Amino acid sequence: MSIAAQEPGAASRARPFPANWPARLGWMALAAYTVYAASLFQLTWERFVVGLDNGAKFIGRMLPPLLDKWALLARGLSESLEIAIISTVIGVAIAMPIGLFAARNMMPPWVTWPARGLIALCRSFHPVIVAILFVKAVGFGALAGIMALIVASIGFIAKLFAEAIEEISLKQIEAVRATGAGFANVLIMGVQPQVLARFIGFSTYQLDSNLRNSTMVGIVGGGGIGATLFTAFQRFDYDFVLTILICIIAMIMVGEVLSGWVRRTFQ
Amino acid sequence: MTAEAALPGSAMRREWQRFTPRQRLMRYAVYLVAVAAVVESVRSVEIIPEFLEDAPAQIVDLFARMWPVDWSYYPKTVHAALIETLHIATLGTILALAMAVPVGLMAATNITPWPALRLFAKFILVSSRSVNSLVWALLFVAVFGPGGLAGTLAIAFRSIGFVGKLLAEALEEAQKGPVEALTATGAPWLTIILKAYWPQVQPSFWSIALFRWDINIRESAVLGLVGAGGIGMALDDALNLLYWDQVALTLLTIFTVVIAAEVLVTFIRSRII
Repeated sequence: MSIAAQEPGAASRARPFPANWPARLGWMALAAYTVYAASLFQLTWERFVVGLDNGAKFIGRMLPPLLDKWALLARGLSESLEIAIISTVIGVAIAMPIGLFAARNMMPPWVTWPARGLIALCRSFHPVIVAILFVKAVGFGALAGIMALIVASIGFIAKLFAEAIEEISLKQIEAVRATGAGFANVLIMGVQPQVLARFIGFSTYQLDSNLRNSTMVGIVGGGGIGATLFTAFQRFDYDFVLTILICIIAMIMVGEVLSGWVRRTFQ
Repeated sequence: MTAEAALPGSAMRREWQRFTPRQRLMRYAVYLVAVAAVVESVRSVEIIPEFLEDAPAQIVDLFARMWPVDWSYYPKTVHAALIETLHIATLGTILALAMAVPVGLMAATNITPWPALRLFAKFILVSSRSVNSLVWALLFVAVFGPGGLAGTLAIAFRSIGFVGKLLAEALEEAQKGPVEALTATGAPWLTIILKAYWPQVQPSFWSIALFRWDINIRESAVLGLVGAGGIGMALDDALNLLYWDQVALTLLTIFTVVIAAEVLVTFIRSRII
């Protein structure tokens, strides 16, 4: 009170950080939604405590990791790796023309719209769902996984590739065209040098992503380590589950390091 | 000799190359390894050729079974499952944001001065991202039992790595000016975070949140396949009973929702952020 009396202007001066009521209301709405949604899922404290207890038992059964099924593990992992590599190569090969067709600075609208629709279709389904359909179409095994991941690769690479082509400098295209070059030469001499480095970057990212997903398509019968993992889960062989998970994570991390190295080489 | 000396350009006639020999060697090594990997994969992968030959007929059969779409399945089962999926994705994203903020703060170089703590945060981020959301879902189904809760937690734990990493990067890009100004006034740590860092990272924070929500809508649609709730369970039921017309309806619903979410996110981004 005495301080207020000493500073007569304090009351009239604007607060340095005025209250932002719309933002506060937004936060309150978010909090209210969180409480409501948590109640929908019966996310209560008792359930959480029981869950923690279950979790402790679960981890107890996982340890120590089981180390004597190496043959099964190696076969699953190498099949996942093969699925990832083949699907990336084929997916990238198909995505290149589709990405080119979807680039609005290279193609007329009646070509770009169907290409963009196809990309949106490929992108909107999770690879595991696509894998289910291909398991029905081509049967159990690696082929279904490969085809599912090809679809995923097309969606991702073609979209980024189209964006990369749309961002290129048109001066070089014009220069190449001015020499009387045909369409193929414009692509090879004008477009390709500008997008190659980014394109290799996208492809290595896609390889990483396909490697992650190739360990999962097995859950629905698409080949690879996922089948082994799911079976181990259903048989409650949690110690083997832990071994598989550690191997998958190690493989993905090695893959990331390698692809990062490739990206730096081609910068 | 004299003739050569007379040519002015001969000494200068060097072949210019864009890359150093080391770079070229590295590139050729990458090409070689890539080709070898592809050849080896094609040789050893187990593909049954009869299945491949049969594929077109099977795909035609698949679409024939899917048509006409069983619309009556939507009000019966799919609608409730769809709402649950949306809740799983949204609540999962909110939980992930809440958990990723401390981890992101710990991982940012300009906020956490202790390398050991940063390493710990990086470890959390990497392990969250390396485990697929389906695996997280399997783990949480084993712990909490089947249902939406397991799915929500799977989405949340999977998203921590993504959100935390991008948040740490946004924090590291923040300007030092406001931070130094507040430090000079003797403001406590929390005030510095709230009044110096938060206004700077707020746009990227909401943009990361929206981006992740969009991804989570897609991901939460499959979690039901391992029993973690949502529209994936409706899909799994229809698949197991071989009701392909119901499968078609579920897929159509997923497609519509994913596209709608993407349009919504693009709209919010362009309008607000």
